[in-house]
This record gives sequence, C-alpha cells and structure tokens, in this order.
Amino acid sequence: MEIGLTHYLVISALLFTLGLFGIVSRKHSIMVLMGLELILNAANINFIAFAKFGGMNIDGHIAAIFVIILAAAEAAVALAILLNIYQHFRHVNMDEVDSLKE
Amino acid sequence: MAKDTLLLLSIIILFTPLSSFLINAFRSHRSGRISGVIGTSILFVDMILAMIVAFSKLVTYSDVNIIQTRFEWFSIGSTNIVIGFGIDNIAAIMLLVVTVISFLVHLFSFIYMEGDRRFPKFYAYLGLFTFSMLGIVMANNFLMMYVFWELVGISSYLLIGFWYEKKSASDAGKKAFITNRIGDLGFFAGIMILFMTYGSFMFDDIFAGIASGKLPFDNPTMLTLAGIGIFMGAMGKSAQWPLHVWLPDAMEGPTPVSALIHAATMVAAGVYLVAKVFVMFTADALTFIAVIGTITAFVSATIAITQTDFKKVLAYSTVSQLGFMIMSLGTGGYTNGFFHLVTHAWFKAALFLAAGSVIHAMHHAMHHLHDHHSDPQDINNMGGLRKKMPWTYFTFLFVTLALSGIPLTSGFLSKDGILAGTLAWANLTGGWHWIVPVLGFTAAGMTAFYMFRLTIVAFHGESKTEIASHTKENPIQIVLPLVVLSVLSVWFFYSPNPIDATKGWFHKMVVQPESAVPAAYQWDFLLSETHAVATDVHAGSPAHEAAAPAIAESHNTTPAAEHAAAHTSGHGYINKFQEEVHHFHYTAMLLSLLIAGSGILLAFLIYQYKIVSADNLERRFKRLHTFSLNKWYFDELYNATIIALIMAIAKGKALFDGYIIDGMVNLSAKVTRIAGQVIGVFDNVVIDGAVNLTANVTGYMGAGLRKLQTGRIQSYVVMAIVGLLILIYFFY
Amino acid sequence: MDLITLAFYFFAALTLVFGGVVVFSKNIMHAAFSLLFTFFGVAGLYVLLQADFLAITQIMIYIGGILVLIIFGVMLTTRITGVDVKSGASGRIQITVAGIVSAALAVLLIYVSLTTVWPQSPVAEAGSTVTAIGNTMLTKYILAFEAASMLLLIAIVGAAFIARKK
Repeated sequence: MEIGLTHYLVISALLFTLGLFGIVSRKHSIMVLMGLELILNAANINFIAFAKFGGMNIDGHIAAIFVIILAAAEAAVALAILLNIYQHFRHVNMDEVDSLKE
Repeated sequence: MAKDTLLLLSIIILFTPLSSFLINAFRSHRSGRISGVIGTSILFVDMILAMIVAFSKLVTYSDVNIIQTRFEWFSIGSTNIVIGFGIDNIAAIMLLVVTVISFLVHLFSFIYMEGDRRFPKFYAYLGLFTFSMLGIVMANNFLMMYVFWELVGISSYLLIGFWYEKKSASDAGKKAFITNRIGDLGFFAGIMILFMTYGSFMFDDIFAGIASGKLPFDNPTMLTLAGIGIFMGAMGKSAQWPLHVWLPDAMEGPTPVSALIHAATMVAAGVYLVAKVFVMFTADALTFIAVIGTITAFVSATIAITQTDFKKVLAYSTVSQLGFMIMSLGTGGYTNGFFHLVTHAWFKAALFLAAGSVIHAMHHAMHHLHDHHSDPQDINNMGGLRKKMPWTYFTFLFVTLALSGIPLTSGFLSKDGILAGTLAWANLTGGWHWIVPVLGFTAAGMTAFYMFRLTIVAFHGESKTEIASHTKENPIQIVLPLVVLSVLSVWFFYSPNPIDATKGWFHKMVVQPESAVPAAYQWDFLLSETHAVATDVHAGSPAHEAAAPAIAESHNTTPAAEHAAAHTSGHGYINKFQEEVHHFHYTAMLLSLLIAGSGILLAFLIYQYKIVSADNLERRFKRLHTFSLNKWYFDELYNATIIALIMAIAKGKALFDGYIIDGMVNLSAKVTRIAGQVIGVFDNVVIDGAVNLTANVTGYMGAGLRKLQTGRIQSYVVMAIVGLLILIYFFY
Repeated sequence: MDLITLAFYFFAALTLVFGGVVVFSKNIMHAAFSLLFTFFGVAGLYVLLQADFLAITQIMIYIGGILVLIIFGVMLTTRITGVDVKSGASGRIQITVAGIVSAALAVLLIYVSLTTVWPQSPVAEAGSTVTAIGNTMLTKYILAFEAASMLLLIAIVGAAFIARKK
C-alpha cells in the first residue's frame, strides 16, 4: 500500500488527540504544556503533508516554521509564568490556581 | 459725481442709521449720554452725505428722470423677484427732509430725553426708524417699499409705546400698529393685483405694462381697485379718514418722536407713496383719493378747534394738512401736493419741537414746584409764555403763520397751489366736485383759527397757573433745531417770488409725470396736449364711460422732464390742468388770504381781546362743541361697531371654546383617565409580573450557570471541544 | 513493502507510542524524555515528506531548545529529590471525561480524514527546500518574518522580565 496523504492525516489526528487528552487530564502545568507541544506537532504534520501532496507547495513549510517560532516563544513565556506561579503558590497545579473565582 | 458713485453713496446713506441702531441696541444697558453722541454724530454724517447726493441729483442730473439700479433677489421656479433702489427728484428731496429732520430730532432729544433710563434704546429706535424711512424713499419697487413700510410700522410702534409703563402709551402703540395693518392689507392686495398681472414688483415694469395697454384681468376697474388698494396703505400711514384715529393717540410717545414720525416723515410716507406711483392712478382712483383727502382735511380741522391738549391740536392739524396733500394729489396737483409735504415737514417739525420745548419747560417748572398732578400739556395751564420763552415763542409764531398760509412763508406757496388746484379741478370736472374746494377753503380758514387760538392761549396774556410763571427758556440744543426749521420755512428757499412758486426751483425739479393709464380711463386734462388730442375724450366725464378700448398709439412714459421741456416751448403748460391752475392762481390766493385772515381775526377777537366770549359761543353751539371735542365720536363709533363686532365674535368663540371645545377636552381627559387606571392595573399585574418573571428566571439561570464557571482552564477546554463536536455533528 | 513504507510505519509508531507515554506516564521526567522521542519521530516523518529543512529545524529547536527549556521548568518547579515528581494525574472523573472527549474527537478526525476526497496534485520530485524557503521568506512573507522576529525579541524580554525575582 502506497503511503498517501490519509496516512499522515491519521497519524496527525491521533497525535492531536493524545495532546488534547494530556491537556485535559493532567493537573501539572508542565504536563499541560507538553500536551500543547504535541498538538502543535500534529498541526505541523498536517501542514507539511498538505504541502507535499498539494504539489510541493512551499507555503505549508513557511506556516510550519512560524508555528515552531510561536512554540518557542510560547514555551519561554509560559515557563516564565510558571516560575512566577510556583513562587506564589509553591506548586503549579492547574486546578488549584483559581483565585480569580473568588 | 458719476451715477454709480451716487448710487453707492445712497446705499451708505441707507445703512448708516442702521449702524446707529445696532450700536445703540447693543449698549442699551449702558449710560445714556454716549449713545446720544453716537446717534447724533452718525445722523450728522448721514445728513451731510444725503445733502451731497440730493444736490448732486438735483443739480447735475436734474434732467434724468431716475438714477436707479435693479438686480435679481431670488427666483421661485420661473418667477424672478427683481428689486432695486433709485434716486429721482422727489426721492432726493425726501432724503434731505428725512435726514435733516432726523438729525435735528436727535439733537433735540439730547436734552429732552435726558435722564430717561432707556435713553440708548431711544436712540436705537430713532436710528431704526430713520433707516426704514430712507428705505421707503429709495425703493423703486413695491416689494422693497412694502418691506420698509412695515419696518416703519414696527419702529413707530416701538417709539410711540416707548414709555410702555404708561397704559395709554402702550395702547397707543398697539392702536397705531393695528390701524396701520388695516391699511397695509389693502396695500398688499393692490401689490398682488399688480404682480399677478405684470409679473414684477418694479415700478418701471408695472408702469410700462399699464402704458402698453395691458390691464389687470383686462378690466379697468381692477386697475382702479389696485390703485385704491395701494392708496389704502397710504391712508393708514398718512392717517387719512377713516384710519386717522391712531395719529392723535400716538402723541403719547415722546415729543421729539411726534416731531419725527407724526409730523415730518412717517406720515409723509403715505403721501410720498401716492406721489411715487401717481402715474398709475385712474381717474376714478384719483377722485376717490381727492374725496378722502378732503374729508380728512375738513374733519380733523373741526376737531382741532376745540382740543385743549397742546400736542393734540398739533396732531389734528397734522392730519388736516395730510388731508390737504392727499386732496391735492387726488385732484391732479402732483407738484403742489408734494411741495406741501416738504414745506409742511419743516414747519410741522418746528411746531412739534416747539411744543416739546414748552412741555419740557412746564415739566421743569412742575418739578420745581413739586407739582405732580397738573397736566403739562394742557394749554389752559399755560399762558404768558411769550415773555418766559421768547425764542420758542417767535419760532412758533413764525411757523404758525406758515401753517396758516400767510405770505412770505413756504406754507403760503404750497397751500395756495393746492387750493388753486382744487378750484381748477372742480371747474374742469364740475358737478358735486365743487364740494372739494369749498371744504378745502373752509379747512384752511379753520387752520388759521385754531393755530392762532393755540398761540394766543398758550403764549399770550397772563400766566394762568403758577407753573406757567415758573417756566424758562430751554438750552441751545432745543432752541437751535427750532430756529433752523423756522428759517427753512421762509419762502425764499423755494421761490424768489413770495406769492408764486411756479417759477421756483421746486416746480422745475418736481414735474408732474405723464400718466401711464390709458387715456380712456384718465382725466384728459391731466394728459399732455398731443395725447389728449389723439384720443379725444369728452372733458368732464369719467373717461372710461367713453369706453374706447383700443389705444391707437402706444404712448411711452418718457421722463416727465423731457415732456415738460417739449411742451414748455409751446404754450408753457404741460397739460390743461396746469393752465387752469394758473388761471385760478390769483382767485385762490385772494380767497385763501381772506379766509385765513378772518380766521386769525376771529381768534384774536375771541381769545386775545375777548370781545366775543368763548364761553358764550361754547354754550350756544353746545352740541357742535361737544361733537368736535369728542373728535366726532370716531373712537366711540369704532368701539360700538367694528370693535364691538369683533368682541362679539370673540365672545361667541369664547363660549364655543368654553362649552364645546373644553367639554370635548374634559371628556377625552376623563376617558383617558379611566383608560389610564385600567392600563395601570394591567401594568401592575401583567406587565410587571412578566418582567419580574423574566428577571427571576434569569436570576435562577445565572445562579445555576455560575457553577459551570469553575476557573479551571481544562474544563473550559473540554466544553469547547464538546461544543465543537456538537456543531460538527449538526452541520457536517 | 518497500523501505520508505517501512520507515513511515517505524516513525509513526515511534511518534504515537512515545506520545502515549508522554500523556499517560506518571513520572514527569519520563514524560519529558518520551517527548524527545516523539519529536524525533515527527522529524523522521518530515524527512519522509521531503521537508529537509523543517526536519533539521525540528530537531534543533524542539529537541535542542524547547525540550531543554521544559526539562529546566520541571526541575525548577518540582522537588525532584522529594517524593513529588508525579505528573499529577487528576481524579477519576476528570480522566474519564477527558478520555471520552478525546476518543470522540479522534474518531471524528479519523473519519473526516478517511472519507474526505482531498484534492491532490501530482507529487513533484524536488531537491532541497532550503533555497525555496529562503526566497519565499524574504520576499512574500517578509512582513510576517519581521513580525516574527519582533515577537521573539519581545518574548525573550518579556519572559526574562516575568521570571526574574521581584
């Protein structure tokens, strides 16, 4: 069986779902962050796959590069915020950081 | 001076008094003296400019009929409204009269109105009035004429009612305004008839239209009616019977105002209007004008005989003299009518300012004596003022002579011409028209009598009260205008010959214009010889009876001056009427001298030497005396008829209003109220219930939903995904 | 089954298996290290998709940069020496809900992928993409490129600002 677009899309879908599960089920903020990275990678796989099977369109690659750039920036800022949260709460559990609710 | 320069200067003259109005209107809460200086100096400048323009017109352009301009104001659809302004000879003369008298009144008021708390306002109103009057003088179309006509109306209303704290003054203001409105209604109707027919407000266009034989509704009667309508405007402003009632009441205004408005300018507007549109009056309209003028002259002369209020006598004499002018115009004596307007303006202004001088002195004396109840205007409180106020007395005496028509005065020249004109007219037309000269001469005699009665009672003899003996002469600002105006009443200014004005400059400048009315509807003796011969209408009958509709030649309204020149070379007269007037000149002169002389003699006999007792006469002619004293009961007549009718209608309407309208209103109010209560209950129960229900439901839902707001991002993500799944499930 | 197909299944398995370990692992350090292999698998997939530049970028930035950052984050916020190096699984209900939602989404996405007829162009065999990306980046996407550089600068400054001790 020739490896086609659909194969990559299925891989991407599964990776995306794993990332989503990670985000939703874990308390630890860094785990959530890792889930997020998985989702971004899933999206990137989609971009590149469509780029290839769309006639080697380079625009898909560019989009993927910008996603990576954003991921890097996001990881830096998110970790900085986590450090602050940790200094304040002495933990980084998502479900306990809900002071705004009161 | 170029014609354009002249027109430009005219515009400046027109608007200069308006600037006085604007300046003084905006400083009406400041102190007075500066306002007076501003107003007076502005008017002085205006007067100098007016002199330049008037002399330029009369000397340089005397042979030009009118220097004018016209421009389109606006257009409605295809109708272009054209207006403009222009200076002809009579306008130039009126410019002089208005500005000079206005300036003198400004000067006079400086002392007279001193201390009045609305002093700046008074000068503002004077400026507005002068502006409006100059607008009338310069108008060369009916539209502008009408606009400024109403402006004169409003400014006279403001000035008459100047002391509005006094009920009589505010009433007099209203009376003057409303009475004028009645006349203006006719004026407006007349203008509309002409505008519908000729499609223009310009005098030139309308007169040319009439001259070309085009008549309103193809009906000569409509032309007559248009003329009478326009004359009604003049009747209102010039206080002609039966609309004369406002003028004597208007004496409630400050005396300088009386001099300005009720002697020299505003009331002259009516006469000026008739002179300006003289060429469009048909024979019938002219007869109507003559009759009205005659009645006015006679009726008010009889009233003036018995009045005891200093200003009322002068007021009625004004009405009477205006009657003379109108009568003269109606009989075809265009030049003499306008001549009398000018001469009368000078000496009547002088008379009123003299009256102001006397009243001012009386006021001061009353103030000095702490008397606040006597009437300072009642001539029975005066007497002996001759020695106290010599300047006032001599100027007053001289202008009284002028008004009475004694030789060596201007009044003699003009009045003599008018009376000769009426004789000529009656002789040419015949029949009942002879009543016009008869009443005219009688009124002239009565004029002499009542003026000397006034002079003798007020100035001669001994002081009748203590107040009169404490009076003293007024300062120069009051005396100077008197002297100037008296000097202007000397014959020399109008004609070198003291008994005949026809060779003077005035008769050369103010030449009767050729009538524009088709010859069939005009007196043949008012038309020039060539014209009359060509149409050949029987003399002595109203021309339209001849019913000659076709006018053979289209006669054009060439400037009257050229006409005059063309015919003077022939036998010296423009038309048959002028010739007849010349024939009657000496007759009229002798007759009027005789009558005036006997009037004066009678006055001296009764009031000075008391040979004939005034009381006896009064007792013997009790009824006549009362009738005259009560002004022929005109006010009462109007009260009993017109005003009563209006009041009855108003009462009927009030009853209708009170019962039916109010009833309906109350009924609907009740219905509304009951409906309101029902709606109120509904509102409380149903609407409020629904609103509360909604609020409560929202509240509960909010409380429930609040629990979903956990603050956990993860649950939000779950919700978002679930929402996404639901959306996709439904739409994919 | 040729070598390319074999490589695809290898990298796909690598990605998904270690992705599963990342998500389900109890130990956060295990998760972090599993993430390394997942990223590596993805990079392999990129190579199979002829995206050579992106594969290198993936390895350098994700593995060399982001992952190191995450491991630093784990060490700074978690007492490694203590007991609590747990990845902090939530309660049973939360996991159940997350599982159901994720499974539903997975089914949906796979269904969509399989049933949709994707418009495809014939695959053009091309050489290196680096030149093409460079040209496109500095011509067509120059504005986005500059904006991205600004974003990175701001992110660096912002992160340093937020993280420093008050």
